[in-house]
Amino acid sequence: MYGLGLLKGLSVTIRYAFKKPFTVQYPETKLKTQPRYRGYEFVWYEDRCTGCASCAKYCPLGIIKIVTKRAPEANIGGKYALDIFDIDTGRCMFCALCVEACPYDALFMGVNYERASYTRGGLVVHIDELRNAKKMPSAFLRPNLEVQAGKYTEESSLNPNEAGR
Amino acid sequence: MPIKTSPIIVNIGPHHPSTHGVFRMRVMFDGENIIDLEPVFGYLHRGTEKLAEERTYAQIITLTDRLDYLASMSNNLAYVVSVEKLLGVKAPERAMYIRVIMAELMRIASHLIGLGSFLNDLGALATPWMYMFREREKILDLCEMVCGARITYSYMRVGGVSMDLPPEFMGALRQFCDDFPHRIDEYEKLLRENEILISRTKGVAVLSAETAKNNSLSGPVLRASGVNWDLRKSDPYEIYDRLDFEVPIGQTGDTYDRFLVRLEELRQSLKIINQCVKDMPIGETRLKLPALIRPPKGDAYGHVEAPKGELGFYIVSDGTIAPYRLKIRAPSFINLTALREMTVGYKLADLIVVFGSIDVNMGEVDR
Ligand code: SF4
Ligand code: SF4
Repeated sequence: MYGLGLLKGLSVTIRYAFKKPFTVQYPETKLKTQPRYRGYEFVWYEDRCTGCASCAKYCPLGIIKIVTKRAPEANIGGKYALDIFDIDTGRCMFCALCVEACPYDALFMGVNYERASYTRGGLVVHIDELRNAKKMPSAFLRPNLEVQAGKYTEESSLNPNEAGR
Repeated sequence: MPIKTSPIIVNIGPHHPSTHGVFRMRVMFDGENIIDLEPVFGYLHRGTEKLAEERTYAQIITLTDRLDYLASMSNNLAYVVSVEKLLGVKAPERAMYIRVIMAELMRIASHLIGLGSFLNDLGALATPWMYMFREREKILDLCEMVCGARITYSYMRVGGVSMDLPPEFMGALRQFCDDFPHRIDEYEKLLRENEILISRTKGVAVLSAETAKNNSLSGPVLRASGVNWDLRKSDPYEIYDRLDFEVPIGQTGDTYDRFLVRLEELRQSLKIINQCVKDMPIGETRLKLPALIRPPKGDAYGHVEAPKGELGFYIVSDGTIAPYRLKIRAPSFINLTALREMTVGYKLADLIVVFGSIDVNMGEVDR
C-alpha cells in the first residue's frame, strides 16, 4: 500500500517525541571531558623545564617562543633559566606534538576549553601565565595521569611531584 | 509563433548550502533539464602537498587530519601506512588492531554524515540528520577518550599509535557495538521503504560499472555500480586479511543503491570492530623509531580504503627529514569527476540529491 513506508517511519519519530531529550543546554550544564582531552592552558612545570626547546622545534607551526639565559645558580645539568616561554595558542591546533617532544615531562596539554579573547594578542599564553596557571594536566601522552586527570575541580591543581614522570 | 528558448548557464555554489563546503558547479540548463555540467574545484585549496615538503614526517600527520575531516583517523592511517612501507617496517600487532578499530569507527561516522546530508539534500530536513548525529556523537566521544580530540585526531604515528587505549575504552566500545545494530534497524525502518525517498532516488543518475571504472572511481560509489572492489579485500593492509566481512555491492548503480550500500557498510564495519575487540592481543603499541625519521632514498605508494574510497599517499624521499614530494590521491576528488556523466539529462532537483549521494568532502577535494 502506498504510504505504508512513510507511516512506518513516522512510528519511529513519534516514539522519540515523548522521550527526554539527550542534549544539554551548554553554559548551564556542561558535559564532562575525557581525561585525555587536549585543550587549553598548557600545563608547564618550570622546575623541570631545561629550556632545551625540543617542543619549539617539534611544533609544526613554530608557535612556541623560547628565550633562555644561562642561570649561574642552576642546579643540575647546567640548566638554563627561561626568559620567555610563549605559546601563541591562536594558531595552535592542539596536536600535542610538543608534549610528545618534551624529554623531561615538563609540558602537558590542559583540560580547559573556555578561553575566548577579544584580541589575537590575548590568545598568546605568556610565561607568567603558565607559571601561575592552575595545573590541570591532561593525560594525553602521559598515561600515569589517567586516573587523576578525570577528577579535577575548580580549585585542585597538581604539583610537579604528583604529576609524575 | 513558436516560443524561442535558449540554454542558460547557472552557477551553483561556491556558497550554496548543499555543496557541502565550497564547491561550484557551472550548469547549463534547458528549462529545468541539465544539458551540461562543469565542476569547478579549488576554493578550499590549502597547498597541503607543498606544505608537506617542508614538514618532518611526524608533523605531516597533523596535515592529513585536515583532508577528510569527517574521517581523520582514516587519513592518519593511510599516511602512516605509506611511510611504513617506505621505511620497510610494520607496526606491532596491537597497534594494528587499534588502528583498524579506529578506522572502522571513522567509516561509520563518515557514512552517518554522508547518509544524513544526503537525506538532508533530498529534503528530509534535519530529521534523519539528527538521528545520525546522535550516533556520530558517541563515536566522537570514543575518539576523545582515546586521543583527546574530536575532529583533528593526530592519533596514529609512524610505527604504531601515539598511546595505548585507555582502560575504560573497551567497555564503552562494547556498549556502542551492542547499541548500534538497533540504531541501524531504526534507520532502515525510518527510510528504507519511504516512498518519497524511493521515488526521488530509484533509477535516478544511474552510473554504469563501465563509466565508474573508466573514471577510476572508488569506494561506495563504485561498489553501488556493481563492481566488487574494496582495498580491504583486494589489497589487504594491516590485519584485514584475517577479518571476516562482506563487501556490499549494488545492482543498478542508481542513487538508491548508493544509499543502500552505505547503510549496509555500517553493519559490516560493526562486524569488523566486533572481531577486533574479540581478538585484540596485548603488547606494545609503538615501535621505537627516532623522532626525526629519515627514510632511505626511494618512493612508496600506500593506500587504504577510506570511507569515501581509495585514499593513497605517494611519497618520494630524498633521504632527508622531509619528503621530497607527497602526492595525495583523494577519493572525493576523483569521485566528483563522474558528476557530469551522472547528472546530464536529469533535472535541477536531482542534481543536489546526486551530489549528496556521492558523499564528497571538500577538505579532501581541494587539499
Ligand atoms: S599543540 Fe601542536 S600546534 Fe600547539 S604548540 Fe604544541 S605542537 Fe604546536
Ligand atoms: S621540550 Fe620540555 S624541557 Fe624542553 S624547553 Fe620544551 S618544555 Fe622545556
